[in-house]
Amino acid sequence: MYQEIAWQVSLLGVLLLAAVFLFVVMRSGDPTEYGPVQKRFYRFRALWFWGLVAVGSWLSVETLAGLPYGPTHGEDDGSAAVTVEVTGQQWYWDMSRTELPAGRTVQFNVTSADVNHGFAIYNADDEVVAQTQAMPEYTNKLRHTFREPGTYRVMCLEYCGPPHHNMTAEIQVTAEKEG
Amino acid sequence: MSNPYQPDTDLGRPERQVVLAYMGTAGVLLLLMMAFGLVMRLAQGDLIGVAPDWFYRILTLHGTGMVGLAGLAGAGIMWYFLRQHVHLSLGIAWTNLALFLIGVVLILGGILLGGYAGGWTFLYPLPAKPMGMWSTTGTASFLTGLLLIGVGFLLLHLDTARGIVQRYGGLGKGLGWPQLFGHNDGNAPPAPVVASTMVLIVNILGLVSGAAIVVMSLINLYFPAFEVDPLLAKNMIYFFGHVFINATIYMGVIAVYALLPRYTGRPWKSSTKAFLGAWTASTVMVIIVYPHHILMDFAQPQWMHVMGQIISYTSGLPVLAVTAYGAITILYRSGIKWDLASGLLTLSAFGWAAGTIPAMVDATIVVNEVMHNTLWVPGHFHFYLLLGVMAMALGFMVWMARTYGNGGGSALDAPAFWLYALGGVGFVGMFLMGGREGAPRRFAEYLPEWVPYAQWGALFAALVLVATTVLVGRFFGQFLAGRREAPDAGVA
Repeated sequence: MYQEIAWQVSLLGVLLLAAVFLFVVMRSGDPTEYGPVQKRFYRFRALWFWGLVAVGSWLSVETLAGLPYGPTHGEDDGSAAVTVEVTGQQWYWDMSRTELPAGRTVQFNVTSADVNHGFAIYNADDEVVAQTQAMPEYTNKLRHTFREPGTYRVMCLEYCGPPHHNMTAEIQVTAEKEG
Repeated sequence: MSNPYQPDTDLGRPERQVVLAYMGTAGVLLLLMMAFGLVMRLAQGDLIGVAPDWFYRILTLHGTGMVGLAGLAGAGIMWYFLRQHVHLSLGIAWTNLALFLIGVVLILGGILLGGYAGGWTFLYPLPAKPMGMWSTTGTASFLTGLLLIGVGFLLLHLDTARGIVQRYGGLGKGLGWPQLFGHNDGNAPPAPVVASTMVLIVNILGLVSGAAIVVMSLINLYFPAFEVDPLLAKNMIYFFGHVFINATIYMGVIAVYALLPRYTGRPWKSSTKAFLGAWTASTVMVIIVYPHHILMDFAQPQWMHVMGQIISYTSGLPVLAVTAYGAITILYRSGIKWDLASGLLTLSAFGWAAGTIPAMVDATIVVNEVMHNTLWVPGHFHFYLLLGVMAMALGFMVWMARTYGNGGGSALDAPAFWLYALGGVGFVGMFLMGGREGAPRRFAEYLPEWVPYAQWGALFAALVLVATTVLVGRFFGQFLAGRREAPDAGVA
């Protein structure tokens, strides 16, 4: 979902900006006195600036409300149904379990035994559904609820040496109620 | 309207020569690094076979080389325009280039002979844990090369600081603070001075951080008992990396400020509070925005993540509201006569501003959770590096070659411009589309559904490479064909 929103927002923004530049370039001939142009453009710049501030503020409030970090700070509140210990190593994943239930909160305690890795979970359509870094000496707690049963793929998204692209694993998500 | 190709008489021949050496070196490296980039896209598109270990060596070379040459090109632009306002040391400028070239040799040796393939980001502790894929000497050579290049740039920025302090009386005055925070008497320093002051402040901090972690990595390489906190190391590396690559844009944009007014006959007002405020705000934001690179390090304090997102949003405002907006203001009904240089400089204002849009989107934490380290990331930074910084550098090179070379345009100018612009947009578009589909960055082999993006990306990369060959060839060609000398004169 976020991938599509990111694409559409970016495409719209870039196209709008391109349209403005093209318009200005097409109107760059036909010289006129600079003073009035400058005055008009500068007056609009204030509106443009505060408009961007307003949009940015609204977006910040909206998007900062549901960060993925909450459960990683402070004590575990015990709401995770299943905990999975994950250790990244050059170049494989060591996971305490790979069969997980759908519809329940799963907490991945992710770390690394050597270098930085990226723990990314892909769904059956090869879309990233969640990720965190696997870092030596630190444990990153990633919580995720699998909505759909099926086979999920774990891929390393932090470059960790030449066989990096082969560092994959599979997670089976079942419709069982108990993990 | 004034002649945009009027030589700058307040710069002597020795000063121009060092700038030419910077831009020429950057141009040659650009062609080479673009060729490596094309090879990677061809390999990811299954169009040629490249062994994974070599793919990642090429990846390391491409990333290091592009960052380095962008820094060199930006420094060349900054030096050319700043030298017209303050005294800068020729010896330091040549020393920086010499250290750069020695660093390049060490980096090439480390990668091609030593097999180093730990990425230009040398993310601790990967350089010291190759699992037999590269040698310790190779890693040391690479890191030492980086260190020498960093020391060279550090000397250059210390020299620009000395020059600005000597001429204006302090860095605050270089940023126009008396006019920004007090009565604006209209005597704020010109744009190249304001921009250079900002750049030296952020880049000295970034380079010191980078040099410190490179030295720590080198010690760890030979004395593994000397360990570094991996999260601290990551912070230091991304602080350095983000500041350094950002500084290339802030140096390059000086060409836009300085040259578009010559084409339009309209001054770029740099003494306004809006302009000065934007550059002071950028100084602060470039220093504190880097946490958006580590949003997926959940162990990092949450306030840093939140700051990373908010500052990423706000740091786009000066770009959009001052530089891009300033460019369209100055162009609108100006009667400008378009040519290759003015076209590239205008493209660069668009490319920089447009590239910030997918960048800000990715800095949104909930988006970053599903797009971090996918092709979306090279998508947005290639946008403002290829269509922003490199367009600034190439625009400046074309202008310089025509001003001090044999003059005149060419029938290839328009095709080369459009090939570069449209090829570039297509190239970054394929990265962004690949990112939307979840294709990882820094992957030697793709799943079948990601391959078409690499194939189309390779086609667009080839078009950009052809266009760049024409542009860089034109730069060298015009100098070889003949030189039009400006009278030598003393400066500042």
